[in-house]
Amino acid sequence: MLRIACPHCGTRDEVEFRCGGDAHIERPGSEVSDAVWADYLFNHDNPKGVILERWCHVFGCGQWFNVARDTLTHEIHAVYRMGEPAPERYR
Amino acid sequence: MKQAFRNEQGGRIDRSKPLGFVFNGKAMQGYSGDTLASALLANGVRIVSRSFKFHRPRGIVSAGVEESGGILAVDYGTGLQPIVRSTQMPLVDGLRAESQNCFPSLGFDLLRVFDYTRSLWPAGFYNKIFKWPDWHAFEWAIRRSAGLGRLPDSMSHARFCHMNAHCDVLVVGAGPAGLSAALQAARAGDDVMLVEQDNEPGSSLLHDLSEIDGQPPAAWLAGTLAELRGADNVKILTLATVAGYYDCNVVTIHDRVAAYRRDDPIEIFWKVRAGRVVLATGAIEQPIMFGNNDLPGIMLAGAMRQYANRYSVRCGGRIVAVVNNDLAWQSVAALPESGMEVAAIIDSRDSIDDALADQARQHGIDVYPGAAPIAASGSNGVRKLQYRDREGRSRTIECDAIAVSGGMSPTVHLYSQAGGRLRYDEQLACFLPRECRQEVTVTGAANGEFATARTYHIGPRKPSAAKTSCQWVDFLHDVTASDIELACRENLRSVEHVKRYTTTGMAADQGKTSNLNTLTLLGDLTGRSLGEVGTTTFRPMFMPVTMGTIAGVRRGAFYTAAKRLPAHDWHAAKGAEFEDSGGWDRPAWYGKDRAACIRRETLLVRESVGLFDASSLGKIEVKGPDAAEFLNRIYVNTVPNLKQGKVRYGLMLNENGIMLDDGVFIRLADDHFLINTTSGNADGIAGWLEEWHQGEWPGMDLVISPVTSQWAVVTVAGPKSRDVLRTLPGMIELSTKQFPHMSFASGVFDDGTPYRIQRVSFTGEMSYELSVPANCATAYFERVWAAGQVHSIGLFGVESLMILRLEKGFLHVGGDTDTTSNPFDAGFRKIVASKQGDFIGVRSLQRAEDKRGDRRQLIGFETNDKDATVSAGAHIVTGHGVTQRSEGFVTSACLSPTLGKTIGLALLERGFERQGETITLYDEGRLTTGRIVDACFYDPRGERMRG
Repeated sequence: MLRIACPHCGTRDEVEFRCGGDAHIERPGSEVSDAVWADYLFNHDNPKGVILERWCHVFGCGQWFNVARDTLTHEIHAVYRMGEPAPERYR
Repeated sequence: MKQAFRNEQGGRIDRSKPLGFVFNGKAMQGYSGDTLASALLANGVRIVSRSFKFHRPRGIVSAGVEESGGILAVDYGTGLQPIVRSTQMPLVDGLRAESQNCFPSLGFDLLRVFDYTRSLWPAGFYNKIFKWPDWHAFEWAIRRSAGLGRLPDSMSHARFCHMNAHCDVLVVGAGPAGLSAALQAARAGDDVMLVEQDNEPGSSLLHDLSEIDGQPPAAWLAGTLAELRGADNVKILTLATVAGYYDCNVVTIHDRVAAYRRDDPIEIFWKVRAGRVVLATGAIEQPIMFGNNDLPGIMLAGAMRQYANRYSVRCGGRIVAVVNNDLAWQSVAALPESGMEVAAIIDSRDSIDDALADQARQHGIDVYPGAAPIAASGSNGVRKLQYRDREGRSRTIECDAIAVSGGMSPTVHLYSQAGGRLRYDEQLACFLPRECRQEVTVTGAANGEFATARTYHIGPRKPSAAKTSCQWVDFLHDVTASDIELACRENLRSVEHVKRYTTTGMAADQGKTSNLNTLTLLGDLTGRSLGEVGTTTFRPMFMPVTMGTIAGVRRGAFYTAAKRLPAHDWHAAKGAEFEDSGGWDRPAWYGKDRAACIRRETLLVRESVGLFDASSLGKIEVKGPDAAEFLNRIYVNTVPNLKQGKVRYGLMLNENGIMLDDGVFIRLADDHFLINTTSGNADGIAGWLEEWHQGEWPGMDLVISPVTSQWAVVTVAGPKSRDVLRTLPGMIELSTKQFPHMSFASGVFDDGTPYRIQRVSFTGEMSYELSVPANCATAYFERVWAAGQVHSIGLFGVESLMILRLEKGFLHVGGDTDTTSNPFDAGFRKIVASKQGDFIGVRSLQRAEDKRGDRRQLIGFETNDKDATVSAGAHIVTGHGVTQRSEGFVTSACLSPTLGKTIGLALLERGFERQGETITLYDEGRLTTGRIVDACFYDPRGERMRG
């Protein structure tokens, strides 16, 4: 049960949030190859360590934002807004 | 009633408060402060139940959560609750306890025939013996004889609730270590929760009479508790067991403090988030392996002392102790003071601490170092113990109880659940905490600090000379040492495999007194140290938790929050039968006879006019300069060229090209759209739009606003629908010329009520959806109802709506499609082809896979026999015998009241090119034939809908 610091509302319990998977995935245009499209849809990293994810404060402000979360220790290293770049050390 | 095994004086029970209880129909008496187990022992009850597999007699073994014998069905004003540990059950007046797993009686159990033929039923027997001709031939009998106890018929006796809390420091266990930790944290100003599973704090201080910090234990306990109870920042829970330890220091607690009240019993499930957790969970004494070590009368040495000192109960008259460690000597030495004769201590170690041996001899106890137990005997309880003395000679000693101690095993369950790793300590012969990422510390016996003043020596656990088939490892699941040997012979080396094969450690006690002996045996048999063997994974719950506690209030009507239509009561008064539909309580039909009502409602819409509550329809407004372009990317359909006041069918895909939802969208103004979603998807689609707006196209200037609950929707459908609505003062001109199919308008009624109206149809008939503010719902249902009386208007529910749309061949996304269906499969090729530009899922539709001709495609079918019943899920099969296979399945089907035949939709391989083909339907064993027809069964040209 994580505690997540929503950039708009402050720290709240995990039950208020929904995880939306990997952050910073770029949507390719429709002219790309099947392989590139498959990577976009399905082939994502599953690191042991820090993962950059999108979370939404669904039972709160309803806003999406980014989280740098350690899959091993459950530590949340950083929270940053949609559109902001990831902190340098986690890129 | 005499309590023959209770001493006149001593203990912490209150002799001025006698409590009556009944065990297997026999009236008995105990005292306030007793547990059910101590009261049974005080009354001289030796056999309390029968074992799980072999129905061997079982007595009380321990005095705590590790109990493997005294597990009973207990009624404390609650109906009979199964699998209650008598050692943790506070005695309450009028309690009724019954033995489990015995027939016809506890004393004579017919199923003990399994015990006498034990060699036939080794570990995994059901996988080996019952294979021919078919496991299912035996399954019934095996399932019947398996299980422990019976579930109560209802849970209405008790209330269950959940509580949430947080604290700086959560201390688990209120023994000396836990109390000290709590005191330290409290003095430092931390918010402290101290959780104790016993009915009073103290743990070993309640029965170990050795001094602590130079004080008698009772005085130390009283002083410590006074300070803790006086502090504002300390909360003490008793009769509360920490059940689970999860990530981020979240701990769950099963709180039974009010569970045994006569009036208004309540069980509480706590979820606590702690800054730091201190585990002072103590240690559990382990039994010793020898022949018939499961006989009633054989108990843990520490438990015997606990019964003597705390409950003033004698667990036997003449006791022999079988031990391998120093701590057990202290336990045994306390027994003579409570009037028990201890005949001998048999210790497997060759050298014993002189002080311990002298102390024992002073009590008149014979001391046999270097000796080993072979086997106990006695029919329904221990009578004799055969052992081997230091010189290797076999000897026999008479006794009526045996105190055993194979050393302490720290209660590291919660530590392990927290993600903590363990290490095996050779010197202490047990697993100890090593490291953990969470904020947790372990203190006291749980950390291997077994004796505060003295050193703790333990000898190795040696195999006994008895036959392994009568040495019991798991008392609750009837696993013997020979079962472990069998598992090793069959090359199961991993402790996890051995556990599952033999079921050792898998009973209600989760192996609290059997796992360590299993590991020891496994290590000996496979030539590995215990450190190499390792432990099985400790998982929540630490001990059995009633299911009701986990559910809390979320059962029955409170299982999920009910969503009711604004005119719910009006529908109820009109005889609606409600069903859950898309998360809403919606009228399914109106009246008593389901089939007749649905048929009547369907024909009513076809022939005159019906009224339907569509308020749960998802409604989302999208407004802003970029709204049209945004929705153009959301829908497969083209959005920007839609004219104001017009309605268009819209289909949404996910990025994988799979159909997500459908419904109409309306252009309210150049920069303002209203979109409709299916009822169950209203929240999901609003979230979907937000996700794409915020995540992918944040630069687009628009606002998304879900308005589902703002508007009630009165649907009027049927050839007379226009005639009914026309009469409402303030209604717009509804003629087809002025307001054709797929139009939208808004207006104000004579009473000032604003409305929105759209002419769309899901039934195939002329149909209008009239939206009024939700608080006007009842008034406008009543108004339209009154206006429709001249046309014999009637109500129709979701069931007939589903038939009406099926007759028309309108699909239901998620019902007639699945998570592999793309728009081509549902016949939307034209819509895709005419779309210009980007939309969600567009690239996926270009994949060869998505265009394959042999995909499952949505087709219509009718049965050859007009009255055949076909259920959704029936398969369309091809071939015979072993080559028979499914080519697809029925997604919707009904006996059409309008057409008088059975029709349906199905997803079928190559369905589109098979028009007219005969198909075979396999429906739960029945075969029916039918043929593929056009998926629009009724008014294919849409004249009625548009007319």
